[in-house]
Amino acid sequence: MPFALSVHGLTKKFGNFTAVENISFDVEDGKFFSILGPSGCGKTTLLRMIAGFYRQDGGTILFNGEDMSSVPPNRRPVNLVFQNLALFPMMNVFENVAFGLRRRGEKGSGVARKVNDMLERVGLPDSGEKQISQLSGGQKQRIAIARCLVLDPAVLLLDEPLGALDAKLREHMKVELKTLQANVGTTFVYITHDQSEAMVMSDTVAVMNKGTFEQTGSPQELYHRPRSSFVAQFVGNNNRFLIVPSRDDGGAPAGLYAGRFSFILDDACRSLQDGIPCEMFVRPEAMVIEPGSDTPGFNRMPVQVRAVLFDGGNSRLLVIPEGTEDEIVVMLPQTGLYDHIRAGDRIMVGWDPGISLCFAGNGGKPYDER
Amino acid sequence: MNGRIRLNWGFLFFFLPVALWLLLLIVLPHAELLRLSFTSSRPGGFTLQNYMAFFSEPIYWLTFVRTAFYSVIVTFLVMVIALPVAFYITKVARVRAGGFLMVLILVPFWVSELIRVYGWIILLRESGVINRLFTSIGLFSRPIEMLYNDVTMIMGLVYTSMLFMVVPIVGVMDALDDSLIEAAYDLGASKTAIWRTIIIPHCMPGMVSGGIIVFMLVLGSYLTPNLMGGKNSLWFTEQIYNQIILYFNWNQGAAFGFLLLILSSLVIWAGLRVTGQKLSRVVQ
Repeated sequence: MPFALSVHGLTKKFGNFTAVENISFDVEDGKFFSILGPSGCGKTTLLRMIAGFYRQDGGTILFNGEDMSSVPPNRRPVNLVFQNLALFPMMNVFENVAFGLRRRGEKGSGVARKVNDMLERVGLPDSGEKQISQLSGGQKQRIAIARCLVLDPAVLLLDEPLGALDAKLREHMKVELKTLQANVGTTFVYITHDQSEAMVMSDTVAVMNKGTFEQTGSPQELYHRPRSSFVAQFVGNNNRFLIVPSRDDGGAPAGLYAGRFSFILDDACRSLQDGIPCEMFVRPEAMVIEPGSDTPGFNRMPVQVRAVLFDGGNSRLLVIPEGTEDEIVVMLPQTGLYDHIRAGDRIMVGWDPGISLCFAGNGGKPYDER
Repeated sequence: MNGRIRLNWGFLFFFLPVALWLLLLIVLPHAELLRLSFTSSRPGGFTLQNYMAFFSEPIYWLTFVRTAFYSVIVTFLVMVIALPVAFYITKVARVRAGGFLMVLILVPFWVSELIRVYGWIILLRESGVINRLFTSIGLFSRPIEMLYNDVTMIMGLVYTSMLFMVVPIVGVMDALDDSLIEAAYDLGASKTAIWRTIIIPHCMPGMVSGGIIVFMLVLGSYLTPNLMGGKNSLWFTEQIYNQIILYFNWNQGAAFGFLLLILSSLVIWAGLRVTGQKLSRVVQ
């Protein structure tokens, strides 16, 4: 069974700048595949090559095993949901959805039946006569997707279609998109810079940085076992410590942070070279406030609270390890146990070394989402 | 109380020039022309003779129909040429090149229409540049008269009115979101289908307003048809000119003028009906 979409060695250059460099991946039929990356990483370029708007400088694109590298966009079995949706304001909803069918030369009652079926499927029956300007943001979204799905494409490409929606609607549309995809069974390739969108909806996520895929895997894999410092920082939230690895008396890996705290490292960090600075990551949600002193093998660190960031179930503490300038984020569970903590307090935080991650090299500048 | 009086003065200050302009330059002359057109030239008094003459004399209504027909053709040709030109300026050329192209279209209009038409004459006349070039390289055995026919006149009118179509179309096409074109392409539309379903419907207000301007300019133009069409290609404005200036028959000329006004109003009304546009929207 061929893959719905297969990309081999795809490369695109703009002058001296390589926007996409030798990317290969396969998407199984009926899967939700996301490409996650910061703005400027080349994900839109990649998408536009798959859609056919850019001609690649190297590599091939196959749909259902058929090479379509040199086929123009209007003859590829793939449709794109644009970032700004690009609904046609000169037509009503029905004509928007019927547009692709009519371009195929379909006529009469067949078109009406397909369009009405599709409108019903996206939950907007009876809206065919409406003008585009009469639709709400979420409805436009659904029409833009319906307009593509009615053509039954091998692959549906989505270019950050939720970007223009407000936060509440975006949360809602994430679930809706996932449900819709599961219902229609069309292969979705979704690009976004929002890791939450990618994680909630996708079967597989590819994390893209500087024109290449850093890692491809399920959302859980990316979250629990990132293979690079970039993925560790980009997928989920993470605290980054610059440490100097060494061995403890028993030969187990250890790390010296800020020249004053010695941490036990995960056993997987054994391969790090002693004395060469490297990065260690601990997720805010893995950090424990005031760990009991009776847990052996736990890393502990005294910190000063800089701020309490209350955000309901997503509340956090912003703390500074004593004697350093670094800012560390610690999850603040709303169980009532920690309600006494105020800015300026000195507290202990700790974590299980088993959930910390290490990467060789100091990674240069830490990745900044802004 | 005081403020109210000041407000009225302010209103008057701006309203008066407009009212005077409308009254003195448009209403009054037209009222006089209307009166003249229903007045007999010799004995005076009410008559329909001026309008009857138009229908009884084939040269008059033939010229009239010719003028209307060619004006529509010129408007259509200008539209057909202006659409790809505007598309190139707004969508294909880069921003700075687009500005330069607009200047190129504008530059010929810094020169008076008369000089521009003489430019054409220098090129096309029997002893003109093109004839000399083609006879010297042996393409023509002897010079050909290229002036004073319908084709040349239409070409001159198209050239003269190009700007007035390109500018409004560039205006609306600039506002066309590129992703709409891409979306249509992505959904399987061919290039002609994109033009037919996306670009032209979007540009319709600009095309209609450009069309109205060009049609009125061409219908009422005198210089270009006269100099490039000559005696072989009569334009209705020449008939009006002849009546008033050559025959001193103001009454007949006034009747012709009114017929031309009715014609242009009718054609524009029909054009708006056919394209489904509203005048208030088009003139914005």
